[in-house]
This record gives sequence, structure tokens and C-alpha cells, in this order.
Amino acid sequence: MRKSPLLLFAVAMVALPVLLGLGADWLAPYDPVGQDIVARLRGPMVGHWLGTDQLGRDVLSRILYGSRASLLVSAASVGLALLAGGTLGLLAAYYRGWTERLVMRAMDILFAFPVMLLAIGVVAVLGPGAATAAVAIAVVYTPIFARLLRGPALVICDSDFVAGARAAGATDARILLVHVLPNLAGVMLVQTSLLLSSAILVEASLSFLGLGTQPPNPSLGLMLAEGRNVLMLSPWAALFAGAAILLLAFGLNLLGDALRDRLDPRLRGPG
Amino acid sequence: MTRLVLTRLVDLAFVLLGVSLLVFCMIRLIPGDAVAIMLGANTDVTPEKVAALRSRIGLDQPLLTQYWHWISAALRGDLGTSLWTGRPVGEEIASHIWPTVQLSVLALVIGAGLAVPAGCVMASLRGRAADVAMRLASVAGLTIPSFWLGIVLILVLATLAPSLQMLGYVPFWQDPLDNLARLVLPAVCLSLPILANLSRLVRSALLEALGQDYIRTARAKGLGEWRVLYRHALANAMIPFVTSLGIQTGYLLGGAIVVEQVFAIPGLGQLILGAIGDRNYPLLQAVILLVTSGFVLVNFGVDLLYRLLDPRLRD
Repeated sequence: MRKSPLLLFAVAMVALPVLLGLGADWLAPYDPVGQDIVARLRGPMVGHWLGTDQLGRDVLSRILYGSRASLLVSAASVGLALLAGGTLGLLAAYYRGWTERLVMRAMDILFAFPVMLLAIGVVAVLGPGAATAAVAIAVVYTPIFARLLRGPALVICDSDFVAGARAAGATDARILLVHVLPNLAGVMLVQTSLLLSSAILVEASLSFLGLGTQPPNPSLGLMLAEGRNVLMLSPWAALFAGAAILLLAFGLNLLGDALRDRLDPRLRGPG
Repeated sequence: MTRLVLTRLVDLAFVLLGVSLLVFCMIRLIPGDAVAIMLGANTDVTPEKVAALRSRIGLDQPLLTQYWHWISAALRGDLGTSLWTGRPVGEEIASHIWPTVQLSVLALVIGAGLAVPAGCVMASLRGRAADVAMRLASVAGLTIPSFWLGIVLILVLATLAPSLQMLGYVPFWQDPLDNLARLVLPAVCLSLPILANLSRLVRSALLEALGQDYIRTARAKGLGEWRVLYRHALANAMIPFVTSLGIQTGYLLGGAIVVEQVFAIPGLGQLILGAIGDRNYPLLQAVILLVTSGFVLVNFGVDLLYRLLDPRLRD
């Protein structure tokens, strides 16, 4: 296997914000919701390295905690979607017949909704908040995993080693978990990384619209929405919060892209 | 071909039925008493008011009857009345839909229009450095938050040209120039992921096509390089391109909701967010049903178009 500087770069691009976000408790110089109304709407300066927002809260601290919140919502939603969609896709591929028809038709229906619209609909029903945003994104991504995994799973379920395992008396659950699932790891890894990236953007969009994380909790999308109102006075909070969203989504997307090259030579673009 | 259209029509009907059922169930999926929640923000909630609203939305009837009333009315074009204003939902949607449609179409034209030449240029670039640069650029295009880009552009232009009016919406028939001038910025923000996606698609489809026999034949019979590239290779690259266009409309409709907020455009986004704020679920249901049906129909059309374009798939 040739060394891939791009993959290493992507890993670094993901690791850096993840470490910063997870270390928010130790790294953040201020309380992310602590207000200092006298020192509000400041630009970058010593002490407040990224400035302060309209309530005098430290932008750097809010970005660190906001990144952590974004990463948590994104990881929870994609994890849920992988669990639900992966299970449905595997069951459809393994049992075929009515199970497959029923599952895939249900997935078709969910897939028919535009992503943001379905997410907004779910939030409208469950009420706004970080947890419901995670559920909403999970609902939207479930059919993606189900469809993606069903195809390769069909091929694997048809293969001789699965027939062999069945002949040897392995249970359905054992066949699926021990023989089929590991062969899908590559596809799952690539898609998980790409969807984590999109989930960051969807979560930020929902929060920007006021449907995700609720104030005063730090959230990157919310910071953009609040910063937009004071844009002409002090654009710093909005600018830095957006840059943080971009950084998180960019690293994860690049990682998925580089992993796809590495794990699936057939998908490697020519040239 | 007829058989194929028929099977696809059955699929289409099934998906639309499923979508309408799911949207219909929205109110019922709300935890707790939906009607009490809908009235929640209003001051004097009496049991009579709750009962009146319940019967107005039809919640006091059997489920199937309710669905039948709702969907048969919707099919006749009657989407119900908006909860608080009392105006027909159809009218509310009609007054908000054009900015969104115009913005989406403009973004699609910009993104898809630039993607073809960009993809051709990208296909002609070779070498590791160019490959890495293109990849970083396309990943950046996919992941720049459109609403942030909008804010940055507003900020930059407000500094460079303070007199420029960038926000809001002017109907096309009122002032076509002002209308387009105000929509260009949001459309550019919205088009970036489409450009990134499609240009990469054009590039890889082109490179794949260029490696095939019929291209060698075209070259062997003495056609110029440009003619080979545009007439022969690009024609083939158009097939995945067209399929992808359908999927992009789904992204556009969602993205438009967010970008509209940045540029203060009174489109469907404003209507939807207003409906959520007012707990106006009948209106929300109608908008989601309508937009999703539109998206499904666009994809149905694209699917047929795609089969027409590719003779190999016609039978």
C-alpha cells in the first residue's frame, strides 16, 4: 500500500478539532455562557483571542464548546442512523422476499423527502433542541445506510462462504454479525465519515434556524444566527463560528474521500 | 419503454401515498395532546376552544376518514385553511413559493452551467499536484456552509459598495433587473455544492469515456480533439450528470430555506419557520407535502429522461 499524504492530512484535519472540542473543559479560557456586558462586541484582542459576542461572552470558549456540541450531535445522529439503517439493510439482503420489499419500500418513502425538509418536519413534531436535532438527522440518514449496505450485503449473502457457514449450522444472527458485517466495514467507514460531515452542516443549519441547540447553550449555528444580527457592529463571532463549522465539515468530508480511495480501488478516479 | 413507464408510475404512486401518509401522521406523532400544544402559546385556552379546534382539523373523526378527507381535498387543490389567519393554505403557499423556486432554479443554472466547463478543465489537468488541488477545492465547495458564505459576501460587499441593496426580494415583473441583482448572491451561495459535486462528476465521466473504444474510433477517423471531447465524450458524461440533477433539487429546496433567512427573502423558508413558530401544523403539513411531491415528481421526470438519453437502458 502506498503512503497517502492526503489521508494523513485528512486524519490530522479531523483529529485537531475533535481534540479541541473534547478538551473544551480544560482549554476554554472562559465560561461559555458567562456574560461580561461591558466588554461586549470586541474584536480579537489579548485575553479574548477571538473577541466577544453581543453579551460579552468569549467567542473562543463558545466555539470550543460549540464544536463539541456539534460533534456530539453529529456522532449521535450518524451512529443511530448506522445502527437502524445498517440493521434494516442487512435484514433486507439476508431474508429477501417480503422483508426486503417492505423494508426497501419504507426506505424509498423516507428517501423521497428533501433532507432539510424532513429534518425540519421531525424537529417540528418533537420540538426544537439538540437531542431532537440528532434524532431528526438520524431519521434522514437511515435510508442512506440501508440502501448503501443492502447492495454489497446481497452479494456477500449469496457467496459460498455464507452458504458454508449456514451448512455448518451457524445461526442467522451469527452469519450476519460474524460473516457478513465485517465485509461491509470499508463501505460503512467511508459513508460514516462523509455523513458525519454533512450532519455537522445540517445541525448547524437547524441551529441557525433556531430549531437545534437552544440558547444560551453554545452552538456554532446559533452563534452565526446571533452574530448575523450584529454583523455591521462586530462580525467576529459570526465569522469565526462559520469558519469552525467549515473546518469540522471539511476535515470529515476529506477523510471520507481519502478513505474511499484507500479502501475501494474501483472507486478511485482515473488520472 | 411503455412497460417501464408503467412500473415506474406504480412506484411513484406508492411513494407519494407513503409520503402523504407520513405527513398526515405528523400531528399525531406530536408527543402529548397536539391541539393543546397548538393552542399552547395563546392566552385563554378553554376546553371549548380545544374541542372546536379539534373538530376543525377533524381530529374527532376516525383516522381513515380524516386521511381520506385530507388527501382527497388536497388532490382537488384544497390544502385547507391556515390555522390563525384563516386564509386558504394554497394562497399562503402561492405568495411564498416564487422567491424559493426562482432562487433554486437560478442556483441550479449557475451550478450546473459552470460545472460542465469546470469539469472539462479539470479532466484536462494531470499530475499529482493538480489532483490534490482539485480534490481540496471540491471538498471545500461541498462543505462551506452556504449561510456563512452568504454572511461573508454581505459583509464584503457592504464594505466595498455600501449603497448596494442586497437583501430582500423584488418580484420579477415589478423590476426584473433589481430582482436578479438581489438573487445573484444567494444563488451563488446555494450553487457552490452543486458546482463541486457536478464538476467532479463531469470530470470522472469524461476521463472514463475518453478511455473507451468509440473515442479511439473518433480519433482514428481524424476528428479534432475538441470535437472528440465535446461531441463524443461529453455526450456520455451527460448521463450521470442528468441523474444527479434530480438529487440536487432536493438539496436546493432545503438549502434555500436556510439561505433565504440570511438574505431576508420571503420564500417558503419564512413560511415554514413561521408555521413552526406558530405551531400552525396544517400549514406545515401542506408545505411539506407539496414540496416533497414536487421533488418526487422531478426525480421521476429525471429518471425517464435519463432512460431516454441512454439507448442502452431503453428496453
